[in-house]
Amino acid sequence: MEIFWLLGIPLTGGVFLALWGCRRNAPEINALFSLLTLAVAAWLTVRIVAEGPMMVGNGWFFIDSFNVFLVTLTAFVAFTTALFSRPYMRIEEEHGRLNATRLRLYHSSYQIFIGAMLLALTTNNMGILWVAMEAATLATVLLVSLYRTPASLEAAWKYFILCGVGIALALFGTILLYFAAEKILGSGGTALLWTHLNGVKTELEPTVLSLAFVFLLVGYGTKVGLAPLHSWLPDAHAEGPTPVSAVLSGLLLNVALYAVMRSKVLVDGALGTEMAGNLMMGFGLLSVVLAAFLIKRQTDVKRMFAYSSIEHMGLITFAFGMGGAVANFAALLHMTMHSLTKSAIFFAVGHATQKAGSQLMSDIRGLIKTNPTIGWGMMLGTVAILGVPPFGVFASEFLIITTAMHEHPWATPFLLLALGVAFASIFGKVQPMVFGETELPRLPYQPALTPVFVHLALVLMLGLFIPPYLADWYRQAAALLGG
Amino acid sequence: MTLTYHLQIVNLLAALLLLISFAMLSQRRVVGLVALFAWQGAALALSTAIIAWSTGQHHLYYSAALTLALKVIAMPWYFYHLVKRLNVNRAVEPMINIPTTMLIGIVLVIFAFNLALPISEMSGTVTRSTLGIAIACVLLAFLMMITRTKAIPQVIGFLSMENGLFFAATSATYGMPLVVELGVALDVLVAVFVLGIFIFQIRETFDSLDLKNLEKLKDK
Amino acid sequence: MSVSLQLAQTLLAILLAPLLMGWVNQCRAWLQGRSAPPITQPYRTLRKLFHKDAVIAHNASPLFRFAPYMIFACMALAAGIVPTIANDLPFSPAADVIALVGVFALARVFLALAAMDIGTSFGSLGARREMLVSFLAEPALLMVFFTASLISQSTELPHIVETLAHKDFAIYPSLAFAAVAFWMITVAENARIPVDNPTTHLELTMIHEAMILEYSARHLALIEWAVALKLFTYSTLGIALFLPWGIAPHGDVAALPLALAAMVAKLALGGALLSFMEAISAKVRLFRAPEFLGTAFMLAVLGMLIHFLLEV
Repeated sequence: MEIFWLLGIPLTGGVFLALWGCRRNAPEINALFSLLTLAVAAWLTVRIVAEGPMMVGNGWFFIDSFNVFLVTLTAFVAFTTALFSRPYMRIEEEHGRLNATRLRLYHSSYQIFIGAMLLALTTNNMGILWVAMEAATLATVLLVSLYRTPASLEAAWKYFILCGVGIALALFGTILLYFAAEKILGSGGTALLWTHLNGVKTELEPTVLSLAFVFLLVGYGTKVGLAPLHSWLPDAHAEGPTPVSAVLSGLLLNVALYAVMRSKVLVDGALGTEMAGNLMMGFGLLSVVLAAFLIKRQTDVKRMFAYSSIEHMGLITFAFGMGGAVANFAALLHMTMHSLTKSAIFFAVGHATQKAGSQLMSDIRGLIKTNPTIGWGMMLGTVAILGVPPFGVFASEFLIITTAMHEHPWATPFLLLALGVAFASIFGKVQPMVFGETELPRLPYQPALTPVFVHLALVLMLGLFIPPYLADWYRQAAALLGG
Repeated sequence: MTLTYHLQIVNLLAALLLLISFAMLSQRRVVGLVALFAWQGAALALSTAIIAWSTGQHHLYYSAALTLALKVIAMPWYFYHLVKRLNVNRAVEPMINIPTTMLIGIVLVIFAFNLALPISEMSGTVTRSTLGIAIACVLLAFLMMITRTKAIPQVIGFLSMENGLFFAATSATYGMPLVVELGVALDVLVAVFVLGIFIFQIRETFDSLDLKNLEKLKDK
Repeated sequence: MSVSLQLAQTLLAILLAPLLMGWVNQCRAWLQGRSAPPITQPYRTLRKLFHKDAVIAHNASPLFRFAPYMIFACMALAAGIVPTIANDLPFSPAADVIALVGVFALARVFLALAAMDIGTSFGSLGARREMLVSFLAEPALLMVFFTASLISQSTELPHIVETLAHKDFAIYPSLAFAAVAFWMITVAENARIPVDNPTTHLELTMIHEAMILEYSARHLALIEWAVALKLFTYSTLGIALFLPWGIAPHGDVAALPLALAAMVAKLALGGALLSFMEAISAKVRLFRAPEFLGTAFMLAVLGMLIHFLLEV
C-alpha cells in the first residue's frame, strides 16, 4: 500500500501545483509534498529492512534493499532540495529572473520529476522503467530552460535531443530484452517483469542479451553522463536553476545507473562472463579520466561541479563494473555520498552565484568574508567531494581503489591520476573563491543553508561510522547485485 | 519460399518504410518532411494492423490505432500548423550533401541487415525478416538527426526513429506488452508537446529556428 | 518457323517504334491542352527527312557519315532480341541483359564521337553532358538488371521472362524497387523530362539535341528512328522484366495474337504514363541530374539488399 502513497503523493503534488501553483505559498506546498513523500519512503524502508523484499500490485512493483535504498535517498534529497529552493527561488523571482507562471511550471515539474524517478525505481517492469526514465527527462527539459536565456535554451535542447537519442537506444535494448524473454516466459505483460526475468536469467539467449545490454548501457549511460555521451550534462547543470542542477546531479544520474545495474544483473546471469562488467569498467574509466582533465579547463563554477559529477558517476560505474561484494558495497556507498555531497555543494554554489550575479569563478571571491556560512559550506563540501578524510567520500573512494588495485591493477594508475588532477584543479579554483579578496558587501539576507550542513553532517558521520543496520542494508543490496 | 499474401504485403510495406526513410533523408523542405513522416506512420499502422489480423494478436490493433491517431493525424497536423505559423518552409541544404548522405545510408542499411541477421534467425515470428528493415529505419533516422541543423527536422528524425523501434518490436516479438506501448506513446506525445513549447521559446529568443544559434556552449 | 518469327518480331519492333513515339507525343499534347498531331506524325517526319538532300560539314570525317547507320543497327539489334511478343527465339541466347547494356553503350559511344567530329561547341557540350548522364545511368541500369535477375538466378532475358511469367503470383518488394529505378533510368537515357527535354533547343539545358544538330536528311532520319527504337526497346525491356505476363512461350503460335494484343496494350499504357509523368514534372537543372540518377542507383541497390533480406 505504501507504494501507492509513494507514487501518488508526488504526482498529486504535480497536478495540484500545476493548478494552484501561482499562490504565494507554492514553495511551502512543494516542500510539504516532498516531506510527505519522504515520510512514506522512510516507512517503506523500515518495512523492507524488517520483512525483506516484497512485491506489490500483482508483481507490477518490486522493492528490495537495492532500490529501497535509492528510494530513501531520492526522497531525502528531494525534500532538502525543496527546502533549499524555497528561499532561493523567491530571491530569483525578486531579481526578476523568474515570474509566477514559470515558478508554477517549476514546482509542478519538480514534483512530477520526483514522481517519475520513484516510479522508475520501484517498478518491476523493464518497459515501465523506460517510460518513467523518459518521463523524468521530459519533466526536466522545461526546467533547464526555465530562465529562457539563449544559453539555457541551448542547454535544454541539447539535453532533450541527446537524451532522446540515448533513451531511444535504451528502448531498442528493452525490445531485445523482451524478445529474449518472450521465448521463455511467453508473450504478454509478465515477460518484462524483472523478478520473472531474474528467475530465468540463465536460460535467456546470450547473444541477444549481450546486444541488448550494449544498447541499454549506451542508452541509459547517456543519462548517467558517461563519456563520450556526456556533453549534455555540463550544459544542463550550468544553465538550469541551481535546485534543478542539484536534483539532476544527485538523483537523476543515480536512477539512470540503477537502470543499468538492473540490466547488468540479468545479463551476467545469461552470459556467465564478465562482458557487461568490462564494458561498464571501460566506460566508467573513460569518464573519470576525461572529466578530470576537463575540470581543469572550466571557468564556470556550476560547469566545473557538473564535470565533477561525471567523474564520480564514472567512478561508481567502474566500481559496479568490477562487481563483487566489496566493490558493489563501495559503489553503493559512493552513490549515497556523492548524492548528498554534490547536492550540498550545489546549494552553496547557488547562493554564492546568486550573490555575485555571475557563475564565473573569477567573479566570485572572498565568500568567507561576505558570508561565512556560504563560505564554510562551500569549502567543506569541496573538501568532502574531493575525498579528504574523515568525510564519507574518502571511505568509499578508498574502498573502490583498493579493490581496483587488487583485481584490476592496470586501472589504478588511471584512477589515481584522474583523482589527483581533479583534486588539484577543484581545490585550486575553490580556494580563492572562498578565501580571496573581495569588495562585495555582506549578503543582505540569511541564506537557507541548513540542508547543506545536514547533508555534510551525514557525509561526515558516514565517514566516521556506518551504523550496523545501514551497513547490513548496503551489504544486502550489494549481494543482490551479484558478487 | 512461400509466404501468405498478407505477409507479402507486410514485406512490401516494410520495404516502403525503408524507402520513406531514404526519401526523408533527401527531402529539403520541412512540409515535405512532415508529409513523409505521415506516410511512414500510415505504412506502419497498416502493417501493424495486417500483422494483427494475420496472427490474431489483438493487442496490436490498439497499437495500430494509436499509431494512426498520433503519427498519421495528430502529429503531422500539429507540425504542419507549426510550420505554417512560423513560416519556416524554406528549402534547406543539410550539413552533408544529399548524395553522400544516401551513400552513408546504404552502408547503414547493410550494417543493419547484418546486425539483424542473428537475431531474426532466433525469432519465432513470421515477420522476423523485416527486423533488419526496422533497424535500418532507426539508423537512417539517426543519420537524419545528425545531418539536419533545424529544429523541426531534428524532431521529425527523433519521431521517425521511434517509428523504426516500434516496427522492430512488432516484427521481432509482435509488439511490446500493451502497457509499455501505451506508456511509450504517452511519452512521445508529451515529448512533442514539450517540443512545441520549446520551439516557440527558441523562436522567441533567437528569431529563427536554426540550431546553429545553439552552438555557443562549448568547453573553452 | 522460329527464324521467320524472329525476323517478324524484329521487323515489327522497327516498324512499331515510331508509332510509340507518336503515341507519347499525342498524349503529351492532350495533357498540355494542345491539339495533338496525328499518331503517325513520326512516320511523316521520317519520310520527309529521307527525301531531302543531306548537307554535311566540309571537315566531317567518314565516322560522321557512318555513325547514324551504326546507331540504328545497334538499336535495331537490341529491339530484335528483347522478347517482345514471343519468347525463346533463335537470337534469344544473345539477349543477355549485360550484353544489352553493352549494345546501348556502343551506340552511345558512336553518337558522342560523331557529335565531337565536326568540332562545334554545341556538339562537344552535348557529348560531354550525355557522357555524364550515361556514366551515372549505366551502373544503375546494371544494378537494376542484377536485382531483377536474382529471382530467376539468370541474366538471360528469356529465362527471366520464363521464370516470372509462370511462377505463382507473389509480391516482390525488390522488383518494385528495381522497377521504379528502371523507370527513372529510362527517363534519363531516353532524354525525357526531367533530365532532358526532347523538344527544346535551349543551349543551357539540351543534351541529346545538342549532339545531333549537325545532322540532316537521311542521317537525321536514321538517328530519329534510332531514338524511337531506343524508347521502344527500353519499354519492352521493362515489360519483359517486370510485367512479362502474356508473352508467348516457346513455340506456341496460337498464343501469338493474344501476346501481340497484350503488348500493344501495355505499351499504350506505358506511353500514356510516360507522357503523364512528363506533364506533371519540371525539368531539373543539369547538376541535379546526378542526384536523380543517384537515387535510381540507390533504389536498385536497396532492391537488391531487400531481396537478400526478405526473399531468400
